[in-house]
Amino acid sequence: MSEAITSRSTDQEAALKVQNLTVAYQSNPVVRGVDFSIPKGRLAAMVGPNGAGKSTVLKACLELLPRLSGDVRIHGDLFRKQRRRVAYVPQRESVDWDFPVSVLDVVAMGAYGRLGWFRRVNRSVKAAAAEALERVGMSAYADRQISQLSGGQQQRTFLARALVQEADLFFLDEPFAAVDVATEQAVMELLRDLRARGATCLVVHHDLATVPQYFDWVVLLNEQVLANGPTESVFTADKVSQTYGGKLVFSRKFFGSDGSDV
Amino acid sequence: MFEWQELLEVLSLRDYNTRLVVSSAVLLGAACGPMGAYLVLRRRSLMGDALSHATLPGVALAFLASVWLGGDGKSLPLLLCGAALTGLLGCGVVQFIRDRTRIKDDAAMGIVLSVFFGLGVVLLGFIQSMPKGSAAGLESFIYGKTASMVQNDFFVLSGSALVVLSAPVLLFKELRLLCFDGEYAAVLGWPVKRLDALLMLLLTVIVVAGLQAVGLVLIIAFLVIPGASARFWTERLDQMLLLSALFGAFSGWLGAALSALAPRLPPGALIVLVASVGFALSFFFGRERGLFIQFLRRRFLMQQGDAKDDLVCHR
Amino acid sequence: MIWYAIDSWIVVTGIFAAVACALLGNFLLLQRMSLMGDAISHAVLPGLAIAYLLTHARASVVMFAGAAVAGLLTALLTDTISRLGKVDRGASMGIVFTTFFALGLLLIVQAADHVDLDPGCVLYGAIELTPLDVAWQVDLGGFLWEVPRAVLVLGGTLCLNIGFVIIFFKELRLVAFDPELARTQGLPVAALHRGLMALVAVTAVAAFEAVGSILVIAMLIVPPAGAFLLVRRLPAMILVSVLLAAFSAVLGHAGALVVPGWLGFTSTSTSGMMAVAAGFLFLLALLFSPSNGLLANWLHNREGNR
Repeated sequence: MSEAITSRSTDQEAALKVQNLTVAYQSNPVVRGVDFSIPKGRLAAMVGPNGAGKSTVLKACLELLPRLSGDVRIHGDLFRKQRRRVAYVPQRESVDWDFPVSVLDVVAMGAYGRLGWFRRVNRSVKAAAAEALERVGMSAYADRQISQLSGGQQQRTFLARALVQEADLFFLDEPFAAVDVATEQAVMELLRDLRARGATCLVVHHDLATVPQYFDWVVLLNEQVLANGPTESVFTADKVSQTYGGKLVFSRKFFGSDGSDV
Repeated sequence: MFEWQELLEVLSLRDYNTRLVVSSAVLLGAACGPMGAYLVLRRRSLMGDALSHATLPGVALAFLASVWLGGDGKSLPLLLCGAALTGLLGCGVVQFIRDRTRIKDDAAMGIVLSVFFGLGVVLLGFIQSMPKGSAAGLESFIYGKTASMVQNDFFVLSGSALVVLSAPVLLFKELRLLCFDGEYAAVLGWPVKRLDALLMLLLTVIVVAGLQAVGLVLIIAFLVIPGASARFWTERLDQMLLLSALFGAFSGWLGAALSALAPRLPPGALIVLVASVGFALSFFFGRERGLFIQFLRRRFLMQQGDAKDDLVCHR
Repeated sequence: MIWYAIDSWIVVTGIFAAVACALLGNFLLLQRMSLMGDAISHAVLPGLAIAYLLTHARASVVMFAGAAVAGLLTALLTDTISRLGKVDRGASMGIVFTTFFALGLLLIVQAADHVDLDPGCVLYGAIELTPLDVAWQVDLGGFLWEVPRAVLVLGGTLCLNIGFVIIFFKELRLVAFDPELARTQGLPVAALHRGLMALVAVTAVAAFEAVGSILVIAMLIVPPAGAFLLVRRLPAMILVSVLLAAFSAVLGHAGALVVPGWLGFTSTSTSGMMAVAAGFLFLLALLFSPSNGLLANWLHNREGNR
């Protein structure tokens, strides 16, 4: 099945296509000449060592960081024209969890984009938020204060917020960082469900052991893209150790012989 | 009971001058409250500090400009415009230093507040050395002149308060998202930088309008204390904004009224002290995060823990 | 520009005050507590007022004690409020220092009958007048050397600060860099912190009358920030900040003599000008720092694009 998709994937088919992207922080380039594309309907992992610039690439795609050069196309178009089709799940630490809002308030924020200026959060938005919470298994927490959530619950809340956006391209920045196993499973189930509905996901991921099991597309990144393609052809011991500067020796069992479509 | 009579008279605003002063203080408090709440939530509480100090060179420049143009330099709109201009410039410089260098928020604010204020003092020095100019009126921007507010000051203040208070009502959802998760707001397509600038502009408006009333050090208290106090009572943003406006207004009312009873005491300082007492009460007895409720919750948890231990033991 | 002996004394006063502040400011900057200097220098007001009320004299030992206590209380209350009440540090700082300042204003009004204490003097000081208050005369073979009191007081404070920084350099560096590690290594982090705060308060008071709180705040923050942009290592940063501070004082006084003339005025505030000079030097560092300057960044990016 994956072969068929790869062979068919053309420019129109790519949900995300990044060309020659260079981003600098102050005067130091963080990533340079980044090229990769992700076909529609894929569950893609972006993998690389700490400081490789994974979050930077994500943020540059979303125009949160200025780029020195490069072109980013989302469904063949500029991000600012396709904004509605893109949902973003930032790292949990990026916000102040002591902020005086409830879980439902946070999830409803996903609809702010389509609500437009001045309009209040209405009943239909609240209903959509409640439904999203249901999908991540957090219905019971709707009226909770966000400061009372555990790490895993925070992550699910953010995911629910992205669901409310009704997007078909999802960017997730380390959704599995310091969350419990149950949350990890729930999030994966949800991502697979999204893929089944035709959505595309790009996930910044840390745990090499789970890559073949979770993802069907991999982008290996260390300041530049070392490989980009279906998991079975890209996620090989050679390429991964090259990405990590050859410093790490991996047990061969990570790298399944028959790829990873689960 | 003559004194009670007097107190009642003051608190109920019978006298015209008292009415003017007290209602100015109430309006200022009500408008500063929500602005301060936003600042506190964004952990930028002392932005008001940098901003208020940065207004001084603007006041002095406006004075000099007006004297050069042949005026007497005492035109209130001109002075306020000058104050707002350098105040905004100060905010811009803080943001620039924070975004473009390794220097952090707090030092950036410190640099702006001390250098801009130094420049203001230099310019005031110029004015004092002028043969005909007199900087006498300008001092009120530093120390405030609550007790001698005139009708014009009141109009300026109420206009500004109205504008500032309309923002959290009209843009409640936008400002909430901006303060909670600005990056996400940017992804959704909100003009985050412009919203941020709008918030700074509103802050500048209310600080400039309030400078004359309470002076540039005590306006900081008006910005920080009601917002921080309100946080102890609620976990909802809308309630927090409302409460901070109420706290601000109440401190203004009681403080200004007290100062009408004790004319020798500086009203600005009295208002701040009333607000401080309010903060202390909130700190200890606030319904959501006060120390007392925290203590009760901890005890409750501990008792629950004990109960569980008992169960385990008896089993 | 005409330079009298008086000008030399003013510059010496300014340099002493500036260097004493800048030394401590480095550690405040690294611990992200720069505004603590601002807070403390406002919050010492009630301490001063109470000391005035008790002794009816300026620059007494009681006054220094009062200021140190007020400064320590500010630091302590700020910590307590932000920790127990989960209040942002900046906010709790703002609450504490404005309350103290308001209290100080009330007390000053009470004291006004007894002593002449002008809040304006606290803000901008009167450095121009310091040489007139001579504390110590030395006869150097016919040449009468008159040392102003402010120079003695500030010189003493400066020595105190230098001693503190030299003796506790190792500890201060660790606390600034990693307070958790310092605590696990058994360093008295809290005591060091309080010592630093007390010294900031004492320095603020020593410098008040001479140069005003505005210069204290400027010198606590601006020269260390400039040095932070120029060099990376702590000893170098301290050295550079001290040089920047001293140079700001010289440049500021020269500016106060010259600049009004250019613009058709006769005089202006010297300490204000010193703060502006510090800002000017900071601007230069911001633009032209070889490692982080805006110019260097710009050139670098242009090269990178090519």
